[in-house]
Amino acid sequence: MSLNGWLQIVVFFAAVLLFTKPLGVYMARVFQKQRTRLDIIFGPCERLLYRLTGVNPDEEMSWGVYATAMLVFSAATLVLTYLVERLQHVLPLNPQHLPGVASDLALNTAISFTTNTNWQSYVPESTMSYLTQMLGLATHNFWSAAVGLALAIAFIRGIARREMKTLGNFWVDLTRGTLWVLLPLSALFAMVLVSQGVVQNLKPYDTVKLVEPQAVTGTDGKQTTVTTQTIAQGPVASQEAIKMLGTNGGGFFNANSAHPFENPTPLSNFLQMLAIFLIPAALTATLGQMVGSPKHGWAVFAAMALLCFVAVLTCYWAEAHGNPLLHGVDQHVSALHSGGNMEGKEVRFGIANSALFATVTTDASCGAVNSMHDSFTPLGGMVPMVNILLGEVVFGGVGAGMYGMLVFVIVAVFIAGLMVGRTPEYLGKKIEAYDVQLSMLYVLIFPLLILGFAAVTVLMPRLGLSGLANHGPHGLSEILYAYTSATGNNGSAFAGLNANTHWYNYTLGIAMFFGRFMMIIPMLAIAGNLAGKKIVPASSGTFPVTTPLFTILLTAVIVIVGALTFFPALSLSPILEHLLLGAGQTF
Amino acid sequence: MKKHLITATLYTLVTAVLLGIVYPLAITAISQLVFRDKANGQLVTRKDELIGSKLIGQPFTGPTYFHSRPSAAGTGYDASASSGSNLAPTNKAFVDRVAASVAAEKVNNVPVDLVTASGSGLDPDISPAAALAQVSRVAAERHLDEAKLKRFVEAHIIDRQFGLLGEPRVNVLALNLALDAGI
Repeated sequence: MSLNGWLQIVVFFAAVLLFTKPLGVYMARVFQKQRTRLDIIFGPCERLLYRLTGVNPDEEMSWGVYATAMLVFSAATLVLTYLVERLQHVLPLNPQHLPGVASDLALNTAISFTTNTNWQSYVPESTMSYLTQMLGLATHNFWSAAVGLALAIAFIRGIARREMKTLGNFWVDLTRGTLWVLLPLSALFAMVLVSQGVVQNLKPYDTVKLVEPQAVTGTDGKQTTVTTQTIAQGPVASQEAIKMLGTNGGGFFNANSAHPFENPTPLSNFLQMLAIFLIPAALTATLGQMVGSPKHGWAVFAAMALLCFVAVLTCYWAEAHGNPLLHGVDQHVSALHSGGNMEGKEVRFGIANSALFATVTTDASCGAVNSMHDSFTPLGGMVPMVNILLGEVVFGGVGAGMYGMLVFVIVAVFIAGLMVGRTPEYLGKKIEAYDVQLSMLYVLIFPLLILGFAAVTVLMPRLGLSGLANHGPHGLSEILYAYTSATGNNGSAFAGLNANTHWYNYTLGIAMFFGRFMMIIPMLAIAGNLAGKKIVPASSGTFPVTTPLFTILLTAVIVIVGALTFFPALSLSPILEHLLLGAGQTF
Repeated sequence: MKKHLITATLYTLVTAVLLGIVYPLAITAISQLVFRDKANGQLVTRKDELIGSKLIGQPFTGPTYFHSRPSAAGTGYDASASSGSNLAPTNKAFVDRVAASVAAEKVNNVPVDLVTASGSGLDPDISPAAALAQVSRVAAERHLDEAKLKRFVEAHIIDRQFGLLGEPRVNVLALNLALDAGI
């Protein structure tokens, strides 16, 4: 660990803090249909869109109608992506003449992008045409993020409204989130990325002559000489921008944000990390603004920042320590190199930025990677896994993090109520049995899917275990990480696992689908129920949700729920691997 | 329900055109006008021949060149199949592969980045430590003055961006091309 590394981490946190309030207040204005400077451009677009699609913007929706509209829309977008993938060989913008995508992979990918997971069982540069990337995948980066944003706003309305039956209009929230927030930010960010060297073109792949031809041994054992290099190209920057801002994380290339064309410079890397946290962090300020208690927004922000900081600290420490099994290798940090565990990491990012990126991308439900998590040290790699297991509520995905966090807030005030022995309230709303039951349903679906699928998979040698790249406890980590990432809609991977098989494509698809929609429905039901409640005036017995005590209680609830649920599984995978690594054991 | 279906279908189609066609094509058009070289991958030519990209690493394994990092992309530095090794720190294959690289470099206490594969398999850079560790070999092979070559390498160190972000590094392709051009 170095002073410069710490400084970079502190500067990153400062940047997140700086943008939280302005963007959060702006988003509150956007979703409450108040005037903004961008109305002049997007107002006419909005009205045209409603006219073309038959949306009545004044219609208010109950939680059930809101949920139905969201599900039907998600289904329609899923079908479009599936069709584009299957038919890409007869559609334009396919300069590499790639064939249509196989049905199980196409289905997995369509679910993956619809659910904001962006799990990728395939190598994009040899599987997806430019049109599929643009029309089939990048569009979902907007849609799934806008859906998440709309859902978070609906939940916040549920808290803010009193004695009402409705949560707003899904189509209006979707439209305003896309036009006023995601699209302008993406266009701006895409141009900044191109200025750093992220490519943006539609030309066929370039073939260049190697300076030093290489003798290589093929898989068949034959010696050949490689004299050229084929360089994949494409419309990367436009997708990269929304991939980060929408916490989607699906790479244009297989190596994701480790690829020099996706993430060429330290500045592009810094901005990509900032883009992941930008909207989720700002939503805490939107929450404060819309419920009329900015201090509550900051109290939630503080809980998130605290959990994030501890995670970065752990990951940076573990990765900077390096691998004790390597001999004759200098892993000590100096002015001339960053040392540490450099397998799977890029020199331009070094240890600090790789650890920070891994933490940020899994705190949020992004799943983009600038280093390969599978090659992290056991404890370093456990950090991203734990981040997802905690429910991705540390800033979290666009929208998804906020509503996930608010479910934990309900659990926290419920526990606080139990401790003092009176009916818990949250911002004047009495939290009753129905709300807590649904919150627990939300909390329990998650481990049920992860541990259930992982347990079944490890029992199947042919379907499950044959895909492993690493053995021993690390093999269990690979499987556990896969179902964690899918259920949490993250999309990052311990990528050694070969998941492009029928078993993994279908089961991970199911995990992604239920991990998204089975959690949204109880969440919306809570919101609908909260919206109908009266406001009870605060009394001396009310547990305040604006204080450091609340922040600590909330943090404790998240950690304890996560620890109780997942500690046994983690102790058999990364923790055991860490102990065996210390003992010099290899597999 | 029927109304939802119609709205959802129309909404998907209209926004697909906006977000999946208009937006990326507009960004492409502006990029090609304003940042032409960068938008096309910063390709490098020598004697009218394309020989690489400034951003994409190439394999260098011979004694006369500064070596790049091991690569897990295809057969090595395959820029149409980017990938890390995804080998775990406790994987015997990984520990053995590093040991083989350490033996091949013939340097005491070799800087870790020179014997580990990058995340992309296309890392264009090595650390300054890894470049400096190769100076005496390259100097001997090319019959160059070692102190002079060391200064030459030091001149090719790219500092942290704004003196703060990222890590110092040396672009291997740029260094080797400059070496071929004469120091």
